[in-house]
Amino acid sequence: MDFGPYLMLAIMEGALTAAVLALTASGLALVFGVMRVVNVAHGEFFMLGAVLAWWVTQLAGGSPVLGFLLALCVVPVLVGMLAAFVDMTILKRINYDPERTIVATIGILYILQQVTLMTYGPEARPVAPPFNARIALPWIDMSDGTLRLYWPWGLSITSYKLFVIGAACVVLLGLWALMTKTKLGLLMRATEQDREMALAFGIPVQRIYAIAFGLGAGMAALAAVLIVPIQQAHYLMGGDPLLLSFIVVIIGGLGSLPGAILAALLIGLSDGIISIFFSPTLAKIFATLFVAFVLVFRPKGLWGTGKP
Amino acid sequence: MMTTTKTVAEKAASKPTRRDALRTLGLGGAVAASMPLWARYAGAQTAEPIKVGFQVHRTGIGAAYGRWYDRTTSAAAALINEQGGINGRPLEVIAEDDGTDPKRGAEVVEKFAAKHNCDIGFGTLFSHVVIGSAPRVGELKLPYFVVSEGHHVASGMLNRYTLQPGITDVKSQVQAMAPFVADNLGKKVTMVFPDFAFGHDHRDYFTAAIEAQGGEVLEHIAIPPTETSFTKYFPKIPRETEVIYHVMVGPAVLTFVKELGEFFGPQRPEMFGFIDSLEAVDIGSPGLEFLDGTYFWEGNPRYAQENQSEYDAFFRERVGVDANGASVSDPRDVSTYAHMFGCWETLHVVKAGMEASGYRGTQDRAALIEAVEAMTDLPHSIAHPQGAKVFNGKTHQVFGKQYISKVVDGKMLLVHTTSIEDTFYPDEVDYTTQSL
Repeated sequence: MDFGPYLMLAIMEGALTAAVLALTASGLALVFGVMRVVNVAHGEFFMLGAVLAWWVTQLAGGSPVLGFLLALCVVPVLVGMLAAFVDMTILKRINYDPERTIVATIGILYILQQVTLMTYGPEARPVAPPFNARIALPWIDMSDGTLRLYWPWGLSITSYKLFVIGAACVVLLGLWALMTKTKLGLLMRATEQDREMALAFGIPVQRIYAIAFGLGAGMAALAAVLIVPIQQAHYLMGGDPLLLSFIVVIIGGLGSLPGAILAALLIGLSDGIISIFFSPTLAKIFATLFVAFVLVFRPKGLWGTGKP
Repeated sequence: MMTTTKTVAEKAASKPTRRDALRTLGLGGAVAASMPLWARYAGAQTAEPIKVGFQVHRTGIGAAYGRWYDRTTSAAAALINEQGGINGRPLEVIAEDDGTDPKRGAEVVEKFAAKHNCDIGFGTLFSHVVIGSAPRVGELKLPYFVVSEGHHVASGMLNRYTLQPGITDVKSQVQAMAPFVADNLGKKVTMVFPDFAFGHDHRDYFTAAIEAQGGEVLEHIAIPPTETSFTKYFPKIPRETEVIYHVMVGPAVLTFVKELGEFFGPQRPEMFGFIDSLEAVDIGSPGLEFLDGTYFWEGNPRYAQENQSEYDAFFRERVGVDANGASVSDPRDVSTYAHMFGCWETLHVVKAGMEASGYRGTQDRAALIEAVEAMTDLPHSIAHPQGAKVFNGKTHQVFGKQYISKVVDGKMLLVHTTSIEDTFYPDEVDYTTQSL
């Protein structure tokens, strides 16, 4: 493949990775920001989103568009409610103690994963995309001093992949509006800044915690619903998103939402480009190495606010 | 506690009354009626079942294969028991999940030998699990009948206790495919394969085989079997490629084939795939339309062909597979038809070997190995529904026919059958020289 089209394909694949990663990681960053909880089970909420999306589309039967729309509306809410329930029954009981929440969320990780294995089974199951047309992309070629358009081999994207990128942008804008323009966002930010003071002002911190935890898990589930027509729902699929989300959140600055989104773009695009020009394994090595450097030279993250 | 013991002792000491005797008789009758299958084999020297430790991929990346290996093995065991078992003794399959993980695999064979006192280990598919388990099997001296396709048995990498009598190996398969690819599809090939032992067998032996046909492999693209997104690998396919040779395993095979189609769009080169890329996947899945006109190696044709043998029909019926290769109870549950016959055939080889050696128990394990090593021709029959085979006792590997199918209107149509001779290659090991 020529360099130009090659780079363009790499950027598009990277943008897709970045879009899904930004949604997942912003959920993780939100939970850490508001609650100071490191949620190791975040990847399993992602997996649950994909598995439930398969389940909902099966129940809806018939039309893939209807099934997908239904999954898009219902699944994040279901997963969010489950997460809020987990917060109220488990995390609250251990007083959000940092060490104990890590151990507790590891436990939740295994419970969710094994319950899925016992009920849904070990198969990878596909969800039909609501629409999926291949869009061949042209490239400009300079020959004999004249410009001409041509369609290089393999340079293409599908309409559904473009939709995922667009949908992720819309959802992230929505999250930004929620955090900055609504009362709920104000309460969450207040809780994030100072839990004691928020309590003194009569903010129902306990409820805000449950909402934030549910919202974070719901973001992961939403990302999974978007990606599942491209990949397949499988009980082990939560591992990679968890690792990448942690990488993104550490690079972006723990608890910083804009940081998480910028870092997701950085990691997603570099993953796409390094994978295509060198190897996918090298891309993972670079990302992990980058985290190590960030931790050594800038422990609060590239866009972190300086708080631990 | 003391009082209970005392009363029991007292009861035993007292004389049995007529009512007690009647009650005992009644109990005996009830026990006889509900007696398990093994107890009915009165003619055998012992009524103990022959225990087959079945190492099955219930979870992990091999789960789809595991499900169907399980069903095929159960069907074969049921058939053997209906026909009177082995040496008059029933066959009992003890299945244990290995998670498609080599470390767990070694623990599972250990458990077969130590806890369950199994007569043999059986049924492993994924090559890394076979390679991880085989050394322990050699130490335990537990005959280990794998259904794996990997060349690791015939290459001499393993030991005398590991045999593969029910499925052919990758080296013989790809060697038989190369002439068809070179003559009908093209000589400039790009290979896409999973990055572990099984994929490396494809890489090494197909590359050599196509070069022997005057062709060449332009590029080798190795993909980790746990990968979930594939488009990023495809730009490495050189523009002058005439044939894409693809083989993939793992939970994401459908994504792999779909993205391959999306990458090429209408300008696709010829394609030759190993059906592993689409085992347990419906060829009619949305996004796979581009496969029409492409070719697949099949270990055993998934769709019932016009000239289907009576043995294949019988095998399908017993395992519960319809003419499209899917479960009779759920048409969306597509089988791993190109591989799972191996479990059926291997169990029948075990039966023949145990009968030939007069197998009595674990003390006769070495005799069983020698009896199987002595086998040569395995004719097309109910025991071997995929076709006739030739077993090589020195390399512990079976050889058989290979099938090439073309996708036509969303179904696979058999277009070429190789001979058994096409799959032969010189021996690389003589396991019979190793001590038992």
